[in-house]
Amino acid sequence: MSITIHDLRKSEGSYLPGSASCPGCGATIAFRIASRILGPNTVYVIPACCFSIIQSPYPRSAISAPILNFAFAAAAAAASGVQRAYKFLGKDVNVVVWAGDGGTVDIGIQALSGAAERGENIIYICYDNEAYMNTGIQRSGATPIKAITKTTPMGKQEMPKDMPMIVAAHRVPYVATASVGYPFDLANKLEKAKRIKGFRYIQIFSPCPPGWDFPVEKTAEIGKLAVDTYFWPLYEIEEGKLRVTIKPRKKPLKEFIRMQRRFEFLKDEEIEEMEKLVMEKWNFLLHLERSERVF
Amino acid sequence: MNMAEGEWDIITGNHAAALAAKLARVGVVAAYPITPQTTVVEYLASFVESGYMNAEYIRVESEHSAMAAVIGAAAAGARTFTATSSQGLLYMAEVLHWAAGSRTPVGMAVINRSVGPPWNIHVDHQDTMSQRDTGWLQLYVSSNQEVLDTIIMMYKVAEHPEVMLPFMVCLDAFVLSHTFMPVNVPKQEEVDDFLPPYRPRHWMLDPSDPISFGNLVFPDDEYQEMRWSIDLSMRRALEVIEEVAEEFSEKFGRYHGGAIMKYRISDADYVILTSATLASEAEVAVDMMRDEGLSIGLLKLRSFRPFPHHSIRENLQGKKGVIVIDRSISFSSGGPIGTEVRSSLYDVSGAPAVVNYITGLGGRDITYNDVIAMSKDAISRISTGRLRKPYYWHKLKQDYQRIELAEEVVS
Amino acid sequence: MELEVLILIPVSKPRRGATGETGLWRVERPIIDEGKCIKCWICWLYCPEEVISEGQSGFPVIDLSFCKGCGVCANVCPAKAIKMVRE
Repeated sequence: MSITIHDLRKSEGSYLPGSASCPGCGATIAFRIASRILGPNTVYVIPACCFSIIQSPYPRSAISAPILNFAFAAAAAAASGVQRAYKFLGKDVNVVVWAGDGGTVDIGIQALSGAAERGENIIYICYDNEAYMNTGIQRSGATPIKAITKTTPMGKQEMPKDMPMIVAAHRVPYVATASVGYPFDLANKLEKAKRIKGFRYIQIFSPCPPGWDFPVEKTAEIGKLAVDTYFWPLYEIEEGKLRVTIKPRKKPLKEFIRMQRRFEFLKDEEIEEMEKLVMEKWNFLLHLERSERVF
Repeated sequence: MNMAEGEWDIITGNHAAALAAKLARVGVVAAYPITPQTTVVEYLASFVESGYMNAEYIRVESEHSAMAAVIGAAAAGARTFTATSSQGLLYMAEVLHWAAGSRTPVGMAVINRSVGPPWNIHVDHQDTMSQRDTGWLQLYVSSNQEVLDTIIMMYKVAEHPEVMLPFMVCLDAFVLSHTFMPVNVPKQEEVDDFLPPYRPRHWMLDPSDPISFGNLVFPDDEYQEMRWSIDLSMRRALEVIEEVAEEFSEKFGRYHGGAIMKYRISDADYVILTSATLASEAEVAVDMMRDEGLSIGLLKLRSFRPFPHHSIRENLQGKKGVIVIDRSISFSSGGPIGTEVRSSLYDVSGAPAVVNYITGLGGRDITYNDVIAMSKDAISRISTGRLRKPYYWHKLKQDYQRIELAEEVVS
Repeated sequence: MELEVLILIPVSKPRRGATGETGLWRVERPIIDEGKCIKCWICWLYCPEEVISEGQSGFPVIDLSFCKGCGVCANVCPAKAIKMVRE
């Protein structure tokens, strides 16, 4: 059964109004939905990221769930320890890492890879705002090519890491991409992840108004456009089998690109080139979808 | 892999450390191999897989993750253990602070090994000394029995409700880690009777208690007070170490000392102050020098953190001189122990002269003969007033020792 | 003499308005036109601040003490029932 808005409204989330997030924050939309699915029997491990600040300063917290704030590089390792302790003590608790893209694809990749390889029974959620936003918009390994950040003032020259595929190559039971622009798809994936045992990974596309430089009210719209232009395809890999979960009618990439000033240097020809990359990836995913197993 | 508990056995220091973790009923172990710590993690793996030890064993991909995992496990309510050496400890550095700041009483055996480059797997104390300000209790031991007993004792100290700090028990690479010595292995029931199960009293990661641990604290909030509180607990730990050592001695009939261990110092004019296995050499040296008629004794420093300022003052006031031997160097400043001892004694009236030696780095063998040589050098310096330098190098190769000497003469 | 030891742990407790009255950040205020609202709750779903709830009339109401005025609700409303007006 798919999750409906009524299911979500009935469930209790762990986000309290009046946090330190920026207006229009995509990551908080993601958290509001995720915490509803994950439920009250959940503890979060949060490495340095926007959520370190969004929580608000001591002695108050805008998150009504237990949180272990942890060092940048080691969220997945700390979560492994938490989960194993619960296992040792005979407690059944959801242990969830809630991390940004820097703490996931860059500095935290080693601990993440180790936990995935060991098959730790945790859910790792990366809310991906495609750069180091908490430190003021510097490029990360998840920043898309051509995007302006404060450390790539002329636009990034390199392609981002394909983190969901990197995690999937560890042959973990569940990997998915999601977007705040498709909240029900996100909710369903979390629901599925929650029911699976072992290492589960979800990367949520989370638009960032100040970081990507778009009007604050367009967070959800951009999150949806990313999917509809195939810039951020939504898929899941369950036990090695890939399925593209949302197959929208393709919109021109230009619509997504031109809404954000981080791509303001892009000429139309360059958008055309990016369009080719996007289609290549999309077709590759469809190809993988036809295979028995991806990994 | 089962051990004969309640009996004597001939085992290595690493084996003793692993056994201590088992006897302490550690629930979660996370560790990453590094020479010369490796056999600790191997023993633990075989203990767990054979069912001799009931624990979760996380075979992490790095020391940074090992420390992160045990902090997480301790925060969730388990007693935890890890072990490392040298580069591994340094790789943990960031999370060592996290362990103390979290007030998680994580236990760790550190097999003291020199730090690269160049690669060198032999003993010195540069690794742990460089981590002295992380908020960890730091104890140095000099026999395999002391390894086992101290780890068990330190869980009791670390988990004391007024301490709640992580601890490292430091043992010398190879000299203890790989050397077989007779060890009396206590019975599980006896250890259980001594060490109750771990119960976090101050905070815990629990789904029914939605608290956020470690979020942003502003300068005007209690950040400074939290650091003060760690310092307070560290000072309180000095008393707890003594109490626990007494209790252990009553129960098991073995006393290795509290923060310090004294040997023939009450009537001594001169006192050698050193730690770890160098203290064993120093004990032999003291006996030999006593036979020659020299009035000398030994103060073995077991606890470097907390630092026993009071005991140092109490025991050294009125002495003619103290010979402090360090197996590490704070470049251009001196030996970490030497520096602390001087600071302890500075405002004591009639403070003894302190002569600090740096030696034994990278595993250079330091025997009782070296201790005798340093002691006599120090005594001659003190009696002739040749105390020009804050510290002296011992046992450099001849050509290099000459350069040191030249500098001393010129200065 | 035994020291009196206080163990201070950096532990924070959840509460609304943990960062204060974030409504003060607002430049534009959302106004819901109940005549147009179809009670689909899409605004609630996407609100980044969790400030939309069901009022006594059964229509969405916005907690203006904390609403940061981002306008995401107005942007996603399929019935165009939410207008952003200058404070």
